[in-house]
Amino acid sequence: MDEQGEQRSQLSLLEAAMTRRRFLGGVVGLGVLGTATAALTDASERPPIQPHGPTGAPAPYPTHPAEAAPVVSADLPSPLRVRDPMTFLTSFDTGRVTRVRGGRVQREYTVVALDGEVTVAPGVKFPAWTFNGFVPGPTLRCTEGDLVRLHFLNESSMPHTMHFHGFHPANMDGVFEVVPPGGRFTYEFIADPFGLHLYHCHVMPLKKHIHKGMYGAFIIDPPSPRPKAREMVMVMNGYDTDFDNENEFYAVNGVANYFVEHPIEIRQHEPLRIYLVNLLEFDLINSIHTHATFFKYYRTGTRLDQYEYTDTVMLCQGERGIMEFTYRFPGTFMFHAHQSEFAELGWMGFFKVLPAEGKS
Amino acid sequence: MNRTEDRTPASAPRDLTRRVRLVGLGVLPLALLGGLIYFFLSSESLLLGPSPVPPEALQRLTIERMAFYPGTIVVWVRNTGPGPVRIGQVLVNEAIWAFTATPGPELGRLAQATITVPYDWVEGEPHEVKLVTDAGLVFKKQVDVTTTTPVPGWRYFTLFALLGAYVGVVPVFLGLLWFPFLTALRGRWVDGLLGFTVGLLVFLGLDAVKEAFEAAGRIAPVFKGEALIALGLFGSFLGLVAFGRRKKKGEGEAAPPTGLRLAYLIALGIGLHNLGEGLAIGAAYQLGEVALGAFLVLGFTIHNTTEGLAILSPVLRAAPARYHFLLLGLLAGAPTIAGTWLGGLTYSVPLAILFLAIGAGAILQVVYEIVRFQARGTSILDVLSAPHNLAGLLAGFLTMYLTGFLIAV
Repeated sequence: MDEQGEQRSQLSLLEAAMTRRRFLGGVVGLGVLGTATAALTDASERPPIQPHGPTGAPAPYPTHPAEAAPVVSADLPSPLRVRDPMTFLTSFDTGRVTRVRGGRVQREYTVVALDGEVTVAPGVKFPAWTFNGFVPGPTLRCTEGDLVRLHFLNESSMPHTMHFHGFHPANMDGVFEVVPPGGRFTYEFIADPFGLHLYHCHVMPLKKHIHKGMYGAFIIDPPSPRPKAREMVMVMNGYDTDFDNENEFYAVNGVANYFVEHPIEIRQHEPLRIYLVNLLEFDLINSIHTHATFFKYYRTGTRLDQYEYTDTVMLCQGERGIMEFTYRFPGTFMFHAHQSEFAELGWMGFFKVLPAEGKS
Repeated sequence: MNRTEDRTPASAPRDLTRRVRLVGLGVLPLALLGGLIYFFLSSESLLLGPSPVPPEALQRLTIERMAFYPGTIVVWVRNTGPGPVRIGQVLVNEAIWAFTATPGPELGRLAQATITVPYDWVEGEPHEVKLVTDAGLVFKKQVDVTTTTPVPGWRYFTLFALLGAYVGVVPVFLGLLWFPFLTALRGRWVDGLLGFTVGLLVFLGLDAVKEAFEAAGRIAPVFKGEALIALGLFGSFLGLVAFGRRKKKGEGEAAPPTGLRLAYLIALGIGLHNLGEGLAIGAAYQLGEVALGAFLVLGFTIHNTTEGLAILSPVLRAAPARYHFLLLGLLAGAPTIAGTWLGGLTYSVPLAILFLAIGAGAILQVVYEIVRFQARGTSILDVLSAPHNLAGLLAGFLTMYLTGFLIAV
């Protein structure tokens, strides 16, 4: 097995090298475009959002394809790479920021479609189709009104696209402009409206392209930022590891039971904000329930003044919302899907609430 | 080259050369096969290229047995696929559960592991265990009605002995009690009775073959259940035919068995069949697949009473000593007890298949001998189609068919 695995990883390295060569050939063309836009660019306008550092522990569930790739040319912003659900939790790709004509902020991103095995539960791997080598794909973040320029490179073996939720022209919808293996496409649109959105591949068969792992969260911040809080992303998903159109495992941020084994450490009374997106395939709905606290739930995050005060919400695929809350008491508290079945198949986690500073 | 030449001392070296040549010719195909295997293994990619299917897609695990003890589920699993498999997760009733694997979660080809899951299972309810491999493939087994698995001990030892006695021993002896009644029968009625016996036995034989094939469907293809059936069936059939006509000292020609000898052969055949039946009953009890009610036991008892009848038919005119009846009854009935012990306390499907097939072969041999005994040199078809025989045969089928309803699980 090990020997076979080694042979295969060597093969995939070779393939990666070949696609890279092919890709570098293509970059020359982009370089010309790049110098044209460079004249219009300005220095970074807004400091990138500081993610809370990942816990120092080594990643116990390495994901494989990310190790070898993506490597992109210096012309492009480097793609956001995460290595485990914990780093994913607080990693936001805010893009390479420049200013274009009229003072508008332009954010450039690179996202690479890659095939590869990901670990979906301890001891279980899944042959995934990924954005940037991890499932879910990178959390992309900008502010309402920004010009989003996203370079999508397809280094996988299948045709893919990126379909964003939000306003954009028809040819930026990521439905008809299918990007073949080895191909590329630059999505360009003004980020609107603010709120919590998502993106996913929209190539048919859609069900297959989604359940294989091609999705991620897309945050458009309001022009005046939300109150300061510790921010986290939770993308709820599942895996059909034996391809019978039913999920074997459920997860948040890609690995079943990860946050059970690695509780998220937070502080008592610390303001928390969770960007919650449901991208579960096959099952009709999904949900989240937080123990021993209530949260303000901003459905789709498109309004700042309307929320529900609850401890359980239900979402269908593509639904999302922003949760704001604090923990009143220290201790370990569970959060999970309130479909007990999903919870017991991996969609479960713990907050480890440490006593407020100065109190301990 | 002829033999007279070989015997002369001068030809000894030539004789040796000849033998070496002979051995060489016998070994040559094997050597070539070995070379071919080596060539295939050392240059696989040259010949066939890499497999188009990732090896993980061919993973196969077979859950051979599940046991339920208070607060614990134990699963015996075997890797019946072509390559090694690692068990990544264990799900019980659609929930990820902690488990320990002995000797470990990594299974080589045909290796077995024991998986222990701490789980508060519910008596009488279904429980499904799913094993998820490192490649995400799922292998599952469900027990529909969960009961505590018997552990070897006095309680189950006596329980299974009683069960075997009710189902196998008692009915056979009840059937033997017909002896005085049957001896009063004359001529064609005896023929009819033999036909009836043949009917019963054919039914039992078919039943055993069916059970064997059903069991063969449950084991991993790698264990080749059909081969076990062929081995058991033909092995016991031909072996018993040979055993039945082995020459006694001082006897001339080997003859087909008659009288008491035939009765013992029938008892042996029925005994082997009952061993298989006992295995099935014990296993069903242990696997929790049936709730063995009093009605089921009663059904088997009625069904098997006819077996005693079958043993008697060749000895109606022989008036054997009484101890023969005791021995005949024990030979036919007691294996049921051994079967329930084996099946209930240490269940192995391949073993069950083998015993079922052996039982079927034994039954068929008995049928063969009875028909030959009746034919006495005439055509077998003539015997079977004679009115009394035919009526008896059909009555035998019908009796088994109708009493079989009592055992419907």
